[in-house]
Amino acid sequence: MNDADKKRLLREMILYRRFEDRSFEAYMERKIGGFLHLYSGQEAVATGVLEMAVVGQGRKNDYVITGYRDHIHAIKTGTDPKAVMAELYGKETGCSKGRGGSMHIFDASQNFMGGYALVGQPFPLAAGLAMGAKHQKTNQIAICFLGDGANNQGTFHETMNMASIWNLPVLFVCENNQYAIGTRIDRSTAVTDQYRRVEAYNMKSSQHDGMDIDIVMAAAKDAIDYVRKESKPYFIEFMTYRFRGHSMSDAKGYRTREEEAEWEKRDPIKIYSRRLVEEGIITPEDIKAMEKEVDDYIENEVIKFAEESPEPKVEELTRYVLDDNPDPRWIGPLQQ
Amino acid sequence: MAETAYWEAIRRAHDEEMANDELVIAMGEDIGVAGGTYKATLGLYDKYGEERVIDTPISENSYTGIGIGASMTGMRPIIEIMSINFALLALDTLINAAAKIRYMSGGQIACPIVMRTPGGTAHQLAAQHSARLARMFMSTSGLRVVTPRGPLDAYGMLKSAVRCNDPVIIIEHEQMYNLKEDIPDEEFFRPLEGAEVVREGSDITLIGYNFSVHLCLQAAKRLEGDGISAEVIDLRALKPIDRETIRRSVEKTHHAVVAEEDEAPVGVGAEIITGIIEDCFFALDSQPVRVHAADVPVPYNATLEKAAIPDANDVYQGALKALGKI
Ligand SMILES: Cc1ncc(C[n+]2csc(CCOP(=O)(O)OP(=O)(O)O)c2C)c(N)n1
Ligand SMILES: [Mg+2]
Repeated sequence: MNDADKKRLLREMILYRRFEDRSFEAYMERKIGGFLHLYSGQEAVATGVLEMAVVGQGRKNDYVITGYRDHIHAIKTGTDPKAVMAELYGKETGCSKGRGGSMHIFDASQNFMGGYALVGQPFPLAAGLAMGAKHQKTNQIAICFLGDGANNQGTFHETMNMASIWNLPVLFVCENNQYAIGTRIDRSTAVTDQYRRVEAYNMKSSQHDGMDIDIVMAAAKDAIDYVRKESKPYFIEFMTYRFRGHSMSDAKGYRTREEEAEWEKRDPIKIYSRRLVEEGIITPEDIKAMEKEVDDYIENEVIKFAEESPEPKVEELTRYVLDDNPDPRWIGPLQQ
Repeated sequence: MAETAYWEAIRRAHDEEMANDELVIAMGEDIGVAGGTYKATLGLYDKYGEERVIDTPISENSYTGIGIGASMTGMRPIIEIMSINFALLALDTLINAAAKIRYMSGGQIACPIVMRTPGGTAHQLAAQHSARLARMFMSTSGLRVVTPRGPLDAYGMLKSAVRCNDPVIIIEHEQMYNLKEDIPDEEFFRPLEGAEVVREGSDITLIGYNFSVHLCLQAAKRLEGDGISAEVIDLRALKPIDRETIRRSVEKTHHAVVAEEDEAPVGVGAEIITGIIEDCFFALDSQPVRVHAADVPVPYNATLEKAAIPDANDVYQGALKALGKI
C-alpha cells in the first residue's frame, strides 16, 4: 500500500465519522426520522475489511450485506454518499428511493444488498448470496457484517452449519462492540469470544483488534483470500466499540464513562492519523486541511443534494411492491 | 393428454423448469436423495445433482433465507417446506425479507423465490400438522399466494411461479397429491392471477380455493338434485384476489357461500365477503354465508376432527341456509 492509498484511507475514515456526525445533526433538526444508528468508533472494521474486497467496481463487486448500522458499509462498497444521505432524508434520489431509510440502504448497482432491521436476518441472506455467486461461477464472495448480539439468533447457528456443509464462499464479519443496545455481552452470551462459537460448525475463524485498520486489513486479506480460493466460509471477529449510543435515544446508562474514555483513546482515526504522521506521510496540518475539505464536501455537496432533492411522489406509493411490469404469460388474468 | 397425478404434475414442472434454466434450483428437507415427502422432486437429484437439488438441514428460517439471498443474485429457487406448520419457522425471512426487499430497495432487487408447501388437514395428523394459514400469507403485501386445486394448475402455476419475478407461495394440500386429471403433453403455463368459474350455475355462487373447491363441487352436485343450480368459483389466487369474477357471478346468482378449511376469524371468507359487500351489496338477496372450521386447534380424535373441519355436507347446508331453505 503506497502513501497515497494510506492518505486516502485516512480521508475515508474521517469522511465516515463526519458523515455520521452530520447525520446526527440532521436528525436533531428533524430532517431525518425513524431510527438512526451511527457507526462512529467502528470505522476501521468496515473500511479495513472492504479495502481488501472487490468494491467500487459496480456489478463486479463482492456482495456486501449488513444490519441497520449500514450507511458506512454502503459508502465503502461504492455507493455515493449523496445517495445515502438523500435516503436518510427520505428523498426520491436516495439509494432506496426514499422507501427504505437509514436501516434499509440498498444499492444493487454496487452489489450492496441491503441493510436489515431484523437482527440476525442477514446471516442466511448472505449465505444465499454466496450460493448464487458460487452457482454462477463468478468468483465473487459475500461479506456479511453483523454485531455481537446477532450471534444469539437462531439464524446464526442454522446458517453457520449450512455455510459450512455446503462450502459457501461467505465471510462473516462480527463487529464485537460488546453491547447489544444496553446489554453487555457477558450478560447475554455464554461464550463471549465470538470466534469460538463457530468451531462447533467446523468453520475457520479468528479474533483481532478492530480499532487498528492495519491489523484489520492484514487479517481481512487472509480471510478473504481463504474464502475466495477455497470457496469456504470464514468467521472473523473484530473487537471494537461504538462511541455513540445504540441509536438516537440512548443515555448510555449501561456503561461507565471510564470505559468509554479507555476506548476513545483507541479511536481508529486517531491511531491511524498518529501512525501516518510518525511515518512522515502526512503532517498534522495536512490532516486539519483534510478535515476541512471533508466538511466542505459534506456540507456543500452531500447535505445540499439531500436538502434539494425531491420527495417521492404520493402517486407512486404502490410502485415496487411486486414486479411493476409483469409478463402476462405468468401473471394473467386467466382467459376463460 | 395424459392422466397425471397432482404430485407428478409438480414433479414435471420442476423437471422442465430445471432443464430450461440453470438458475432454477430446488431446496428442502428430504427432497434430494429421498425424492421428496410428496415425491415432487423424485429422480431429480440423480438428474441435476446435489448442487441443484439440495437436501437441507431442518432449519426452515435459514434455508428459506439462503434461497432468498440466492434469488437476489438471479437464481430461481423452489423451496419446499414439508408442511405449512413449519413455514411458521420461516416467517421472518419470508415476510420480513422476501416480501419487502423489492419495496425497501426502491425496486432495485427482486426475490423470485417459490415456496411450495401443503397447507391443509389430512387424516388425524393432530394440531401441529394440520395448520392451513393461507390467511396469514394473503394478508402480506409483496407476496403472491396461489392454491392449485388440481394437477393442471399444480403444473401450470408452478411453472409460472418459477418464471415470475415476485416471491410466490404455492399452497398445496396433503389430500390432493394423488388427485388425477388429464393434462396436455405439450408445455403450458397457467397464470398466477384470476379466479375460475369451474361450474356454471344460476341460483347461488359457491366460492372455494385449494381443497375446498372440491367440497363446493360435491355440494353443487347435491344441490342439483334439489333443483338448485350452483355456480362454483375456484379463487386460484388468494393474493391478489380476483374480485371481478366473484362480482359477476354474485350479480347473476344473488347468493354467496364461501367455503374455507381454515378457522373463520380474519380469514378468507371474511375477506371475500367484505369484497362482495363493497362491490355488489345490492345484488345480494340474502346474507352471505361462511363455511369454515371450528375455532379450535385441530383435534387428533377422528370424530372430533371430522366435527372441526368442514366437509361437502357443510357447504351444502351453508347453501341451503343462504337460500333461506333451512
Ligand atoms: C429480531 C430482532 N430482535 C430485536 C431487535 C431490536 N434490536 C435492534 S438492535 C439490537 C441489538 C443488536 O446488537 P448487536 O448485534 O451487537 O449490534 P450493534 O447494535 O451493537 O451493532 C436489538 C436487540 C431487532 N431489531 N430484531
Ligand atoms: Mg453489539
